[in-house]
Amino acid sequence: MTDIPEVPVLLDRLEQRLKDFLEEKGIDRPLLVGIRTGGVWLAEALHARLGLIEPWGELDISFYRDDFSRIGLNPRVTPSHLPFETEDRDLVLVDDVIMSGRTIRAAMNELFDYGRPSSISLVALIDLGERELPIQPDVAACPLKLPPHQRVKLTGPQPLAVEIREVRA
Amino acid sequence: MIPATDPVVLSAHDRASRNLQLTGDGQLRHFITLDGLDLVMLTDILDTADSFIEVGERTIKKVPLLRGRTVVNLFFESSTRTRSTFELAAKRLSADVLNLDISTSATSKGETLSDTLLNLEAMASDMFVVRHSQSGAPHFIAESVTPGVAIINAGDGRHAHPTQAMLDMLTIRQNKGSFEGLRVAIVGDILHSRVARSQIRALQTLGVAEVRLIAPGTLLPADAESLGCTIEYDMRRGMADLDVVIMLRLQKERMEGALLPSEREFYRLYGLDTEKLALAKPDCIVMHPGPINRGVEIESAVADGPQSVILNQVTNGIAIRMAVMSMAMSGQVADRAARVRAQEADQ
Repeated sequence: MTDIPEVPVLLDRLEQRLKDFLEEKGIDRPLLVGIRTGGVWLAEALHARLGLIEPWGELDISFYRDDFSRIGLNPRVTPSHLPFETEDRDLVLVDDVIMSGRTIRAAMNELFDYGRPSSISLVALIDLGERELPIQPDVAACPLKLPPHQRVKLTGPQPLAVEIREVRA
Repeated sequence: MIPATDPVVLSAHDRASRNLQLTGDGQLRHFITLDGLDLVMLTDILDTADSFIEVGERTIKKVPLLRGRTVVNLFFESSTRTRSTFELAAKRLSADVLNLDISTSATSKGETLSDTLLNLEAMASDMFVVRHSQSGAPHFIAESVTPGVAIINAGDGRHAHPTQAMLDMLTIRQNKGSFEGLRVAIVGDILHSRVARSQIRALQTLGVAEVRLIAPGTLLPADAESLGCTIEYDMRRGMADLDVVIMLRLQKERMEGALLPSEREFYRLYGLDTEKLALAKPDCIVMHPGPINRGVEIESAVADGPQSVILNQVTNGIAIRMAVMSMAMSGQVADRAARVRAQEADQ
């Protein structure tokens, strides 16, 4: 059994690390953008903790995935929702788990279709390693090494919990 | 080869199309008729289109889903709106688009439909969007085309115009929230209208309370009663309690066929004017697949009025066509994966 802290503990850590990161970068008006579904829950939680005034955004990357030729279209796609102008703004992408980096690549491609942001940073709750692209989180709460037969997922929204599941090979 | 416009042949055709247009696990792989597509599938199409509407509101209205794929618009019958919205939809999905106006090209030089198709397949096309004056043509093409190529019906004869019907459903859902309890009338030349046939099917599948057909007897199909609709010959009476009124274009060429006394007479009896619209519910929306004949089936003040959603229909047409094209391509991807698995199992 892999041991990871409870979500509130992880969120405290994520909040502190994100604050430090934004301060170091001199970003005082970040716009949070969560990747559906887990990333949106986290973006909402971080939004409250950072006391941001402007709304957070929600991204559904289904139309930007790089595996359409293999698995086709996600049948449960919902509209992305960015209720702000992204031009020349500092965006903070939020996702629950980062592994290959392909989701983040798709998310960045989508973000650029809304305009040219000043910067994009990346926040992930759990970092599984196993990267397939040169993409790294700027802030992560917890590294995690899983055996091949296990998967990790954020469940929520109330309460948020990290779930590790066995998968058959 | 292509079957004639015979209702009996058509219904057999529709039965065959059901299997033809779905993969083994029920995904869309061609889009030929709404017949045989259930509530879940129609709702999936509307939901996916909703996401594409959001894409259409962005600075860059393009997603990479069909990047590197080739879509051929194969129009054997002329069209402006349908062809241009299909073209725009394919381009917004990042596909390469080839527009072939067949009525002025190869077939007029004596090439058969099959040969034209073989040539287009040799260009490694991934999807044919087909409009044809003969009912059943897209079905025929779907049956004979190489596996992996998706066929989308952009209107065939008097048979079906499923993307038009679905963009109408999207427009209704946007304005009314859901289909529950709605009373919807289709007015005008039902007999010659493939749009009406598809609309009736869609409305019934999505579960409206009533589909009402309002037309003179000469413009109703002989089997009108068996379609499960209410029939009304008097438009003034037929406007009562309506939530949605869909006007059909009066095809002027029909006037010559002695089906109607005169344009003026038709407008007086079946044209939608301010006075008749006032007999419907106050929030009744007015729809029309276009092109509209002002003063023939609809008054300008109504077409341009606050209850008209005619231009929303055009915008929604792009989103619906993006949804159907990406879903059909997705089904073809699933199909190909299944064929590869079957091959591997054989070896």
